[in-house]
Amino acid sequence: MPHLFLFLTILAYSLSLASYVRLLYSGRETAGRIATALLALGLITHYFALLERARGLHTVPYHDLYGSMSLFGWLLALTYLTLEVYLRQRSVGAFVLPFVLGFFLAAHLAPADRLSPTPAHGPVFAFHVTLSILAYAAFALSFVVSLIFLVQNRFLRNRKMAGLVWRLPSLELLERMSRASVLIGLISIAIGTVLGFIWVDRLTGQYWYYDPKYVITLLVLLLYAMYWLLARTTAWRGARASRLCIFNFVVVVLSFTVVNLYLSHSHRYF
Amino acid sequence: MEIVLVGLNHRTAPLEVRERVSFTAEQARRASGELRARGLLEETLVLSTCNRSEVYGVARETARECAPGVTSFLSEFHSVGADILGSSLYHHYDRHAVRHLFRLSGGLDSMMLGEAEILGQVREAYRFAHEHGATGPVLNRLFQGALEVGKRIRTETELGARPMSVAAAGVKLAERIFGKLSDRTALVLGAGTISEQVVAMLRHRGVGNLLVMNRSQEHAESLAQRFGARVIEWGRWEDALLVSDVLVTSVAANQPVLPKSVLEMAMNARGNRALFAMDLGLPRNIEATAADVYNVYVYNIDDLSGIVQQNREARESEVPRAESIVEEHVGKFLSWQASVELVGLVRDLRARVREERGSFLRARLDSIGHLTEGQRQEIETLVDDVLEKLLIGPAERLRGERELRRKIQNVEALRDLFLSGREKP
Repeated sequence: MPHLFLFLTILAYSLSLASYVRLLYSGRETAGRIATALLALGLITHYFALLERARGLHTVPYHDLYGSMSLFGWLLALTYLTLEVYLRQRSVGAFVLPFVLGFFLAAHLAPADRLSPTPAHGPVFAFHVTLSILAYAAFALSFVVSLIFLVQNRFLRNRKMAGLVWRLPSLELLERMSRASVLIGLISIAIGTVLGFIWVDRLTGQYWYYDPKYVITLLVLLLYAMYWLLARTTAWRGARASRLCIFNFVVVVLSFTVVNLYLSHSHRYF
Repeated sequence: MEIVLVGLNHRTAPLEVRERVSFTAEQARRASGELRARGLLEETLVLSTCNRSEVYGVARETARECAPGVTSFLSEFHSVGADILGSSLYHHYDRHAVRHLFRLSGGLDSMMLGEAEILGQVREAYRFAHEHGATGPVLNRLFQGALEVGKRIRTETELGARPMSVAAAGVKLAERIFGKLSDRTALVLGAGTISEQVVAMLRHRGVGNLLVMNRSQEHAESLAQRFGARVIEWGRWEDALLVSDVLVTSVAANQPVLPKSVLEMAMNARGNRALFAMDLGLPRNIEATAADVYNVYVYNIDDLSGIVQQNREARESEVPRAESIVEEHVGKFLSWQASVELVGLVRDLRARVREERGSFLRARLDSIGHLTEGQRQEIETLVDDVLEKLLIGPAERLRGERELRRKIQNVEALRDLFLSGREKP
């Protein structure tokens, strides 16, 4: 059956999102467990949907914008699930799943570009791209978590006890989740960037030629490294660090949009 | 197999009466044994908490017939006049007794709506009665159902989810900031009753370290000794605030004990590590503007009381969901009860029919002289088969009846029609 995995993924993510929302409002642990199981199922079917799409177009997922978006959604879901299991906290799922579902739907329901077959880039290039997208997914997750931190912090500072306060994770846990996510992003982007330079060296025989994408990527790396250090050791901890994290993600979005579309010579979709 | 419940609780009896009618574990065991030995009840369970004393039983006769006997027994057992007990006791039978127990297990009947302790008390009372052989199949099923109802209400509703006292609300709020308190330090200013409640709650929630600071060193040491805390000399704010994450103040003072400037200095020294402060003093112990200091979360008595009020309303809004869980399980229990009754009814009907068949065939076959023993047995077998076939059909239909009320009505009608005047199983 054509598009079987597409429908299964939409179904699994949608039901997972509904269960996460139910968990948030009712506090039912069963709903949380169902949500996690459905997210895991969605990750599996999403993987096959990516494979199906790549085979259909005879190219790798990141060869076009929509493929990159779908891969981004998959890695976002994977990063979130890893942190959820590691930190045993499910109440952030309701805020992450809309992004995962949104990226998946936008990527798979949009008309596919007519693509020429991918040039054989090799494993170094593949790891460079995948790790970079993983880094951006992790940064996106830290952005969502930081937003939740600011909302929860505002409730607590203003002594406004909406029912949500008792359901959301503690500020401490949100901070840990954001830092862990940024750490994943930092490691991925660092390795991904090094691999990118190696690949450029193989292709052109020189490690460096000027591309605004390099500059903004190094800026992103620096900003997140700054966040990671400030968030745990100095007077910036708390809401200030969360605001910095949100600002950093704005820079990431700029890198994705303005820099990729208008300035970069070698990066189009990631 | 009718269930009877005789008891009293905080709504029906004043403390003086509840005190006199309460049971220790040993008394509960003895009372259960005597109620069964006297032939009043077949199965018994005594549930005794600070707010209630209840006797659950399976009546040997009908429930209504045995209730006065149980009442007299309670009066005699506790040496409390029947006139005092009479106005305090309630009697519930069957469906109503089942519903009462299920509501109670879910915290719907508690003085503080949704409290969790009652479920543990029901579990303990059941375990105790079961171990001493006081319960049987009916009470086992009933109390297992009650424990399931309690568990479902706790997990599926928010009836017991939110704190209902100022102390509990404050500690829960601290957990919203720090998560688990096991690696946190709390500093308590003052050693009065409110401080003690908060300290007890902090200990209950597993706070890592407790520091107590009070103008009277003696009171501070007394509180510290009881809760395993450390005493800090009054006024040494720098040391105490440097290491504390939770601050509780309940000091009688006309001026704020902690001005904003002290907190600002402390926060600088702490590298802005978050500080949660519960100001329970009246007048306030922490300067009002201290709430503006970065990463300081200050809650005064009004804020916390407001949260408790909100939580009470939230709990009340969960009652319909909890009640629907109770009704679902009452239905399940009654359905099980009707099925068990049905098995007993079919068994009795079969015995009755066999008995009739025996006397009927003896009279008829004796008048037919030429039958051999083999032929007589063959006729008896044939009649047995016909009768069994007549019984099986209606019994199966009754068993398959989905509507509980109809099922119970049919079982009762059959019993009245065919077994009236005979003893119940």
